[in-house]
Amino acid sequence: MKASAFAYARATSIGNALGLLAAHGDKAKVLSGGQSLMPAMNLRLISPELIVDIGGIGELRGIALKGEVLSVGALTRHADLLKSPEIAAHSPLLTKAVAHVAHPAIRNRGTIGGSLAHADPASELPACMLALGAIIIVRGQAGERRIPAKDFFRGIYETALSAEELLVAIELPVTRKNAAYFFDEFARRHGDYAIAGLAADAVVKDGAFTNLHLAFFAVGDRPVLSSAACRLIDAVITPALMADASAALDEELEPHDDQQATASMRRHLAKVLLVRCVSTLLGRADLDARVA
Amino acid sequence: MTTRPAHRDILSVLDRPNSYIGKTVPRPNLDRLLQGRGLYVSDIELPRMAHVVFLRSPHAHAMIMAIDGGAAKRLPGVIAVVTGKELAAVITPWVGVLSHLKGLKSAPQSAIAIDRVCWQGEAVAAVVATSRAAAEDAAEHVTVEYRELEAVTDMRTALDPKTPVIHSALGDNLAFERTHDAGQVDRAFAQSDTVVEAEFVFGRHTGVTLEPRAVVADWNAAEARLTIYQGTQAPHMVQNIAALHLGLQEQQVRVVCKDVGGSFGIKVHIYADEMATYALSKLLRRPVKFVADRIESFNTDIHARDHRCMGRIGVERDGTITAFEIDDLTGIGPYSMYPRTSAIEANQVVNLVGSPYVTKNYRARARVVFQNKNLMCQYRAVGHPIACSVTEGLVDLVAMKIGVDPVEIRRRNLIADDAYPCASPSGLRFEKLSHHASLDKLLGMMDYQLLRAEQAELRKKNIHRGIGIASFVEVTNPSAAFYGVGGARISSQDGVAVRLDAQGSVICQTSITEQGQGSESLTAQIVGSVLGVSMERVRVILGDTDNTPYGGGTWASRGAGIGGEAALQAAKSLRKNILDVAAAILQSTAAELDIVSNSVVDADDGTPRIELKELARVVYFRPDTLPPGIQPELMATRHFVPREYPFAFTNGVQASWLEVDAETGFIKLLRHWVVEDCGTIINPQLVDEQIRGGVVQGLGAALFEKCIYDERGQLTNANMADYLVPMAAEMPDIDVGHVVSPTAESELGAKGAGEAGTAGAAAAVANAVNDALRPFGAIVTEIPLTPQVILTALARI
Repeated sequence: MKASAFAYARATSIGNALGLLAAHGDKAKVLSGGQSLMPAMNLRLISPELIVDIGGIGELRGIALKGEVLSVGALTRHADLLKSPEIAAHSPLLTKAVAHVAHPAIRNRGTIGGSLAHADPASELPACMLALGAIIIVRGQAGERRIPAKDFFRGIYETALSAEELLVAIELPVTRKNAAYFFDEFARRHGDYAIAGLAADAVVKDGAFTNLHLAFFAVGDRPVLSSAACRLIDAVITPALMADASAALDEELEPHDDQQATASMRRHLAKVLLVRCVSTLLGRADLDARVA
Repeated sequence: MTTRPAHRDILSVLDRPNSYIGKTVPRPNLDRLLQGRGLYVSDIELPRMAHVVFLRSPHAHAMIMAIDGGAAKRLPGVIAVVTGKELAAVITPWVGVLSHLKGLKSAPQSAIAIDRVCWQGEAVAAVVATSRAAAEDAAEHVTVEYRELEAVTDMRTALDPKTPVIHSALGDNLAFERTHDAGQVDRAFAQSDTVVEAEFVFGRHTGVTLEPRAVVADWNAAEARLTIYQGTQAPHMVQNIAALHLGLQEQQVRVVCKDVGGSFGIKVHIYADEMATYALSKLLRRPVKFVADRIESFNTDIHARDHRCMGRIGVERDGTITAFEIDDLTGIGPYSMYPRTSAIEANQVVNLVGSPYVTKNYRARARVVFQNKNLMCQYRAVGHPIACSVTEGLVDLVAMKIGVDPVEIRRRNLIADDAYPCASPSGLRFEKLSHHASLDKLLGMMDYQLLRAEQAELRKKNIHRGIGIASFVEVTNPSAAFYGVGGARISSQDGVAVRLDAQGSVICQTSITEQGQGSESLTAQIVGSVLGVSMERVRVILGDTDNTPYGGGTWASRGAGIGGEAALQAAKSLRKNILDVAAAILQSTAAELDIVSNSVVDADDGTPRIELKELARVVYFRPDTLPPGIQPELMATRHFVPREYPFAFTNGVQASWLEVDAETGFIKLLRHWVVEDCGTIINPQLVDEQIRGGVVQGLGAALFEKCIYDERGQLTNANMADYLVPMAAEMPDIDVGHVVSPTAESELGAKGAGEAGTAGAAAAVANAVNDALRPFGAIVTEIPLTPQVILTALARI
């Protein structure tokens, strides 16, 4: 379990990093927190020729509020997200979600940019980006691209990011009035890869949703922004409507079988999450079978 | 010589003043380990030391058509690429059978596969280089041409006539079969009012030691001696086996075992890659290090459990158990493990089913079959979790069926505490057990009635909690009946040598080993107590065949009971020798003297007479001042093995309180209780932590751990992300209580405690889950109890 020999460069600036990526293309790999990259290299699942370590690039760090937009640098570590008062105030869904990301040791090293660029379908942060309508900012030598989260994730470990580009920051709209959020996931042990999860961002007024974004994860090859949510907006939620929304959700999902859960179990758990989310956000215990 | 009044010999060493026995004292090795100054095999660096990486088969079953190591040999840092055939020049193959397991058969196994691989992960070539990384690089350039063979993977079809026979010379895939028939089983079932039958399924899992298996083998051609540094539980066994297969005398092999990062039975066996490492050192005439990486650990550390057991129980209307019957099937991989064999677990299942209960009607069959998967063998609490889960699962299922409380049916059927000595239906002889006292204590600790009331209240709110109870019997302190009688050179006796040094401190050499249990601590506690010497003045040396007495080591919960008694007897002998010298110096008699707090004192009033360091000074440096005829002997050695009973059986009972989310199938463990009876307790904290650690491993089996093989014999979750070990966040508080029934076999009275936790934890959890699921009419008899299993049982998916 030793990585193959590789060359290592510690980038001094974004420009320097982009130059190295342009020169080496897909033979290079960006090292951010290293929490997925290093195990994959040690297992010799990947053997990059060059590691471009972006850890020293100061302008990739930091969380800043700019008007109605919260900007988060790609190198921001999970542990920093978790304890950030700006995140807690303006994007509380993220604070809640990050607590589910692996374990403290991993959260101390892993970064938001690394997590999004890695695009593990079972990870929490990509789903949050979808639910929150984040913009993912990437830069290449040709310039900057601002990619909506819904267009960024393209499959298992696949994103809109090219081998010559660097994910530099994300932008999140700040929480609106009457906003509510829900995050939950089912994992075999605390910190494990989820076998089904849901990140939800909503606006609730007078006991009804005026807006609702449901991003399911670990139930497909990428996080899924459910259109079933539309049925629940500006509607009186009845058990019949919930059944309707569940059926619609079922249609949208293409979950996979793995060792922790079959596809049908994932569908089942996604529907459980939908019910728990709606009953929690609307304070409608009557919808939840557990307390019926 | 002086004579001593009889009462001094009768006075128990446990009652001596300043005794450490029965007290929680810090382990002497704690600071060393916490400050990172332990010496693990991975830490050892020797001059000219090379590193070996084993190229391992990607196939479960294949012929090796060709191996080409030419390109690898030309890479920088590579010292050798060695095949099985080449290594066979220095090491002979072995067959893992023992004569007392009648009918057990296996095929010759080589250190590195020759011509054929029989499981995914079996080594096909060794790449030796100047670093592990260089060896791994080179291993990628060794090409092996395989011709795949059909893999035998499903134990249920391994004996079918159309299934290929893995070793044609053996005739079939049946490694071992044992049947047992006691009492009148058919009549008992016929006369029962209710009979319940179920199939219990146990996942294959493994030990997952924090430190992987590791060896440094150093053949010194000039001395014609091999030194093996290895994390092992049984150094003398390793010495014997290495010598046997390398064509050496035992005195040519020294085994050194310093700190070990967990063993749990994983490190009590002889593995092919370890044998290959010894052989490579001899072949290459230089030190060679092998440290298994995590993937290798999953693919080659012994696996355990993987049983399917049909069980049947009969009861009368009042809940009296009339009979047990089981039919157990297990698949052990392509070979029986060496030298302890892979028949022991199934054998233990037959021995232990029904053992806490009075009924004498018991019929059992166990079959052990070969398959193309990693080898299975003894892991913590060998066979006990299976026997306990089957027995206690059946008891709860039948209690549920006839509407009797789980506690009530146990009270009615557990062997009475005053019925000993007696024997189990399988013929195990029990000296003294305490099932009822243990159950009473457990119910008090958990407040059983209150929990039942809480459970009923919560059910009204659709919250489903369950209580599960499991009584068990545990095998500890094994005599030669375990291995010796079958021809294995695995010692069942242990020895301890103690000597007073020139400043009045004590050096103690013991043949038991330390892998974290506290062997070092308990030895120092016993020696210090018996001698009257403070513990910090007792230095314990273990794990070195050149420098300790001959003995078995630490396994099968034997360290405290056997090694501890040897320490006690050696210390008693040294104490007598010291008092004889003191009596001569002080012109007194030994009977009038005692040793307390590092000084010889007057026995009657404790008046200090001479410090031990002064006595040692006189003995070692001024013997000319001693009276004529005195030849002091300030070193004593004693060995011990139990003779009356082949095993010191212990007992205990566990309870689990948990909640099942009936919508998601997830289980939350809320609390766990254990009461066990290991006889004399030497260090309460060490015993309790052994129990807790054992429980956690049992809970891992109950909920998480499983080696998942596909139908082609590929292990698909050989990493720490996909193989789920129990972790702190999911573990409940574990309360531990004790009942103390010392064994009369030894003066110390200690029985084993290391496996009790593992023995009954899964059974308690499974019973609690079925209790929680009772409103749904769902019953689960399979572990691990994954959400998938629960949701399937609830027909939700």
